[in-house]
Amino acid sequence: MALASLQLRMLATLLCPSGGEAMVLGYDLAEQQEQIRQNVGYVSQAGGADLASTGLENLVLQAQLYGLDVLTAKKYAAEFVDRLQMDSFIGRPASSYSGGQKRRLDVALGMIHHPQLLLLDEPTSGLDPQSRAYLWEQIWSLKAEGVTIFLTTQYMDEADRLCDRIAIIDNGVIIVTGTPGELKSTVGGDTIIFEFPQEEVARKAEAALRQNAKLEKIQAMNSSVHLYAKDGERMMPEILRSLDAKSLEVQSIMLSRPSLDDVFLKYTGRSLREDERRK
Amino acid sequence: MTMLRDVRLMFIRNMQHTLRNPVFVFASMFQPLLYLLLFMPLLNSLSGVSAFGGKPVNIFIPGLLVMQALFGSAFVGFSLIDDIRTGVIERFMVTPVKRSAILLGRVLRDAVILLFQCILITLVALPFGLSVNAGGFLISLLLYALIGASMASMSYGFALIYKIEDPLAPTLNTIALPVTLLSGIILPISLAPLWLQDMAKFDPFWYGVNAARNLFAGNFQSIQIAEGFIIVAGLAIIIFTLALRSLKKMAS
Repeated sequence: MALASLQLRMLATLLCPSGGEAMVLGYDLAEQQEQIRQNVGYVSQAGGADLASTGLENLVLQAQLYGLDVLTAKKYAAEFVDRLQMDSFIGRPASSYSGGQKRRLDVALGMIHHPQLLLLDEPTSGLDPQSRAYLWEQIWSLKAEGVTIFLTTQYMDEADRLCDRIAIIDNGVIIVTGTPGELKSTVGGDTIIFEFPQEEVARKAEAALRQNAKLEKIQAMNSSVHLYAKDGERMMPEILRSLDAKSLEVQSIMLSRPSLDDVFLKYTGRSLREDERRK
Repeated sequence: MTMLRDVRLMFIRNMQHTLRNPVFVFASMFQPLLYLLLFMPLLNSLSGVSAFGGKPVNIFIPGLLVMQALFGSAFVGFSLIDDIRTGVIERFMVTPVKRSAILLGRVLRDAVILLFQCILITLVALPFGLSVNAGGFLISLLLYALIGASMASMSYGFALIYKIEDPLAPTLNTIALPVTLLSGIILPISLAPLWLQDMAKFDPFWYGVNAARNLFAGNFQSIQIAEGFIIVAGLAIIIFTLALRSLKKMAS
């Protein structure tokens, strides 16, 4: 299991840490699990909706498990049905839901008790774009209400849009943390991606471009080469000329301003290459 | 107080699931009914054998109910695996609900279903000439519930350890069959050679079967009744505690 998921499960009191200490909302993870359970919501990757029951039955029981009486539980359930616009399907068994509907129910189950902290494990993985956008909206509005949200994701655009602070984990270790802006500024300038007809050509190009001192970082990936430079636009003609001189045929060129994807590649790519060198 | 509340919520949730598909409640009674119809007639020709001490049906039915308690509860773990896989159990475990309630709610559901089946089997057996002490029968229901709870807890415990279906049925069959044979359910163990009788003394359910037979016959002064209750109740508590430990350890 991915380390990020394990970390969420630990914070949700599902897993017992083998060492160290952690505070969740000011409560000690080792000593005050009951207070943490009462104030934290957790939505796992599997979601955890009871498929044989209707969405509404799921929600009411979940609220009751947090100690609410039936009437209050029903009130809370109705509130979330309304809020996540689930009334068209909430009376049907959850086994009949689409991916997006099911995920909405999962999230509602995780926050039915109005937690101060909501842990979301890959909330939008496998969803269609509309459902994703819809969930993003909901997460935004929760955030606006002052709920702290801790989420794991493999989509960098999701992290960029939703998160104030990001930690990138690679090989089980947090390799960098910061705001999206801070992280992007560490990539420095722009990324230029050269696509070559074959992997072999890409490797030759990588070797050739290493001579260029103005390039901050060069990285070959399959049949493409990623370059990181302060001033990408102005570098392109020069690079093209040097590739031409070696008669290395370029298939396409793409320039992009830094995104979190580049940040991710920069940090995880380097460690991958170091691994190879060690071997 | 919160424990009672939690158990009640979990019991209702699981009972709702069972009642949504009540056909399985009856399907798992098929085996004892077959024994009643296709096996018990064989015993009638043995009524002269002293081990039966009277009409074979009176000896056979209390044992058959123990068998229902063993085999009817042995495979309840499958439903738990489904709940583990869909993440339902984890979802329950991050709420403040007591972890013991998550299991106890299930075991109580299984016990209630079992008692319903035991009553039904007994009613079906009446036309076959069964004579039973009514008070003894009611007390024996508690005994079956405890036996069923032991077996159900064991099934849940293995489900929590394996988390997949494939090894669950063979494991439970491997355990349930020898304890059934050694408990003298099908034929009284006093017919067995001495070594087998000695082995039966290590089978906790043998004490349960003896207690049930005495209750059916109304021999309330028999020491075997108290003996059976103590052993079976102790077993239920031990196995439930072990299953609960598996639940708490499941996440890690």
